Amino acid sequence: MTAILSFDSVTYRYPGIETPALDEVSLEVQPGELCLLAGMSGQGKSTLLRAACGLVPHFHGGRFAGRVTLAGLDTREHGPARLGTIAGALFQDPETQLVTSSVRAELALSLESRGHSAAAVARGVEEVALALGIDALLDRSVHELSGGEQQRVALGAALAGRPPVILLDEPTSQLDPVAGDELIGLLRRLNQEWETTILLAEHRLERCLSVADRVIALEAGRVACDGEPRAFLEWAARRAPALQTPGAKLFALAGLHPAPVGVRQARATLRARGLLPEDVSPESSGDGSNVLEPGSAGTRARDPSLTKANALGSSPAESSGGSIAKALGRSRKPSAALRMRDVWHELRDGPAILRGVTLSVEPGESVALMGRNGAGKSTLLRHAAGLLESTRGRIERTGRVALMLQNPGDYFIHERVAEEAPAEALAEMGLAGLVERNPRDLSGGERQRLALAIVAGAALPISAASPTVLALDEPTRGMDREAKGELAGELRRRADAGQAVIVATHDPEFAAACAARTVLLADGRVIADGPASELLAGGWYFATETARILGGSAGALLPEQGAALLSAGAALEAVA
Amino acid sequence: MLAATQFFYRRLASPLHAARAGVGALWTLALTATALVLFHPLVLLALLLAVLGAGCAAGVGRALTRTMRTAAIIAVPIVAVNVLVSRQGLTVFARLGDLGPFGEGDLTVEAAVYGAVIALKVTLLIVVTTVAALAVDPDELLRGLRRLSFRSALTASLSTRMIPLLAADAQRLAEAQRTRLTGAPEGPRARVALLGAVVGGSLDRAMDVAATLELRGFAAARRPARRRRPWSRHDIAFACSAAAVLALAVVGRLTGTDSFQAYPLLHTPVNEGTLALCTALIVAVLLPFVDRRGIRP
Repeated sequence: MTAILSFDSVTYRYPGIETPALDEVSLEVQPGELCLLAGMSGQGKSTLLRAACGLVPHFHGGRFAGRVTLAGLDTREHGPARLGTIAGALFQDPETQLVTSSVRAELALSLESRGHSAAAVARGVEEVALALGIDALLDRSVHELSGGEQQRVALGAALAGRPPVILLDEPTSQLDPVAGDELIGLLRRLNQEWETTILLAEHRLERCLSVADRVIALEAGRVACDGEPRAFLEWAARRAPALQTPGAKLFALAGLHPAPVGVRQARATLRARGLLPEDVSPESSGDGSNVLEPGSAGTRARDPSLTKANALGSSPAESSGGSIAKALGRSRKPSAALRMRDVWHELRDGPAILRGVTLSVEPGESVALMGRNGAGKSTLLRHAAGLLESTRGRIERTGRVALMLQNPGDYFIHERVAEEAPAEALAEMGLAGLVERNPRDLSGGERQRLALAIVAGAALPISAASPTVLALDEPTRGMDREAKGELAGELRRRADAGQAVIVATHDPEFAAACAARTVLLADGRVIADGPASELLAGGWYFATETARILGGSAGALLPEQGAALLSAGAALEAVA
Repeated sequence: MLAATQFFYRRLASPLHAARAGVGALWTLALTATALVLFHPLVLLALLLAVLGAGCAAGVGRALTRTMRTAAIIAVPIVAVNVLVSRQGLTVFARLGDLGPFGEGDLTVEAAVYGAVIALKVTLLIVVTTVAALAVDPDELLRGLRRLSFRSALTASLSTRMIPLLAADAQRLAEAQRTRLTGAPEGPRARVALLGAVVGGSLDRAMDVAATLELRGFAAARRPARRRRPWSRHDIAFACSAAAVLALAVVGRLTGTDSFQAYPLLHTPVNEGTLALCTALIVAVLLPFVDRRGIRP
């Protein structure tokens, strides 16, 4: 079969940069393949996608060597406008991909600009809207759409000409778990029903590994691994542990083989080894009765192996509470650092964004706020920080509430890192060696740490200016797993220092890694509030992969906890 | 973001929204031309009332309330400046004495009334423009223009989309600065730095949008095909309304019904003809809104 996309010894350098973004990349993608692009931030995934559709080098400039062909067209000879008829592209931020004001006009634009007849345009718009389930949005303004809806419309615009290839760059990074899963499901359907070739770059591999035919991992612009998902996981276990999915990590830690590419396969393996009961479905429990474990330990607190896992610092669930706050002589039951009572946010001529939210956060407590796009998480944090006035209800704060908003880049107004934040805060965040750099040249994780230093300063020593509450709005957007781990560690450290930490996030893995308590919002209301070990263990969407594999057993959320549980279960089985 | 998007088109259930964009634009152009052509204060006031009524009937009344506040801020200085600088009137209502190089500071009724007429015209233009922005689909309108010049029309279309985006960006940046540990930076240097950040952010966004446009075929754009669709009852009603409004304006000017003279002495005759013109204008503007069949988006 002739490859629909091929890279032949492609090396590319962005203008003014000596280090190649792509280095001798050679690969072929066959028609109908669903390829996942994996790699840490800055390793060349986005560049590869842009090279596939001709934006590199036509749009970005730079030095290009080698040859890329898309459906037989050499990208050096054909520009993005021509190549766009073959490859539709969807990038991270849907707002920058919507060009017109209404959904219908957006879907029609690429067809009209290519000179299709009025009937063909109308038919194309109708079909793509029906295929993506956005027909009800056709006459809506793009300003009114949620992030998930905007992403779907942007995908629809890319698909309107029915291109045989789709290139997607972290399309789920701004979506809640439900919308993210819907998008992946949609891509799978496009791939299976219409044989659309899909090249998908994604950090949260656990979301899409099970639907991929093949994984291409990039390291420093080179293809480091190219194989089936299982081969990729084996490679990742040896060479790039940060790319392992939580399920693969769970199996590796528990000494189980082969690494699973999805929840279903993981459960089948566990069941075959007698580590899961035969007759229990993954969603049936969250009460700790789903794994063969010693003495049917119902809770993690009672399970010595899990307590050990926590002591290793893998989860804050039982450890937070502000050890330094205690050392400073605060009472055993401190007053809440933040208390919201019956808080409403009602828009004039619009809906209520918050509907009677009551929430209390203690010093040293870490809370994950979860919920769908538009549930009210960001609004709640803005109220907490005093950026918004509630229309009803009361908010009490014992001190300053530091709020870190979604885009770290919004904080950077100076040319040097040193000018942005106090020196001690920079040192604490590990940025002391970067003080002369331009903030905009920092990597994703470094930018996030600098933004944290700007809004919250140093965690220690505690001063009058130190915030009592640190709130973060979706801090892991577009971050790789390593950077997320570093951020989770920093938040745990701050909680240990006595700061109350509230994180709005769509990422259950991150929530489990940094928060002891989870609050679930829906339609502006708190619909669930409890320990992360309970809330993130028993759901379909708002659950970690480990919890989904183990069916929520004993509240194990992270691979370390799950592995401890499995090891204990295996040991018991061996004894039996 | 919210404040910015309140002044952009949303498809609502109204006869004006249901009419094709070309006809809607023609109707608002007719109102604009009429506001420019006519001078009688009573007729202009009737036209303003009619346009405000039309805005309410189109479901954009609340936005017009805000527009009227803005227009008042512009109108008051217009009247004040005209009173202060115009020396053509004869009916003095206040003497400010010798103003040096500006001569005698005699404030006249004629200057005040003429200033009010100009302010009324400016208010009308602002209100009509707001109605057009809120009730005429820019995409559909520019789609028509793309047949003439694809790139210019698409650029115009893009700018209407980018304004609320940039407003949202600015709001986000301002919020971010408010949440800094040290508070929002102050002083001219900080303002310049902030401006640089805003401009830098917009350029980044512009690059992303440009990349999207490239892939959608902007560079290889062809003239889009003509889209034919039957004229709806609302298309016909607003086209007739536009024609009637223009005809009334012409008749008003030609017959002297709109007769108005500010200087040197005020001459604003109000007779049956003037009242009939006022009534006819109100009816012509509002009549298309009576038929509310088939208006749901």
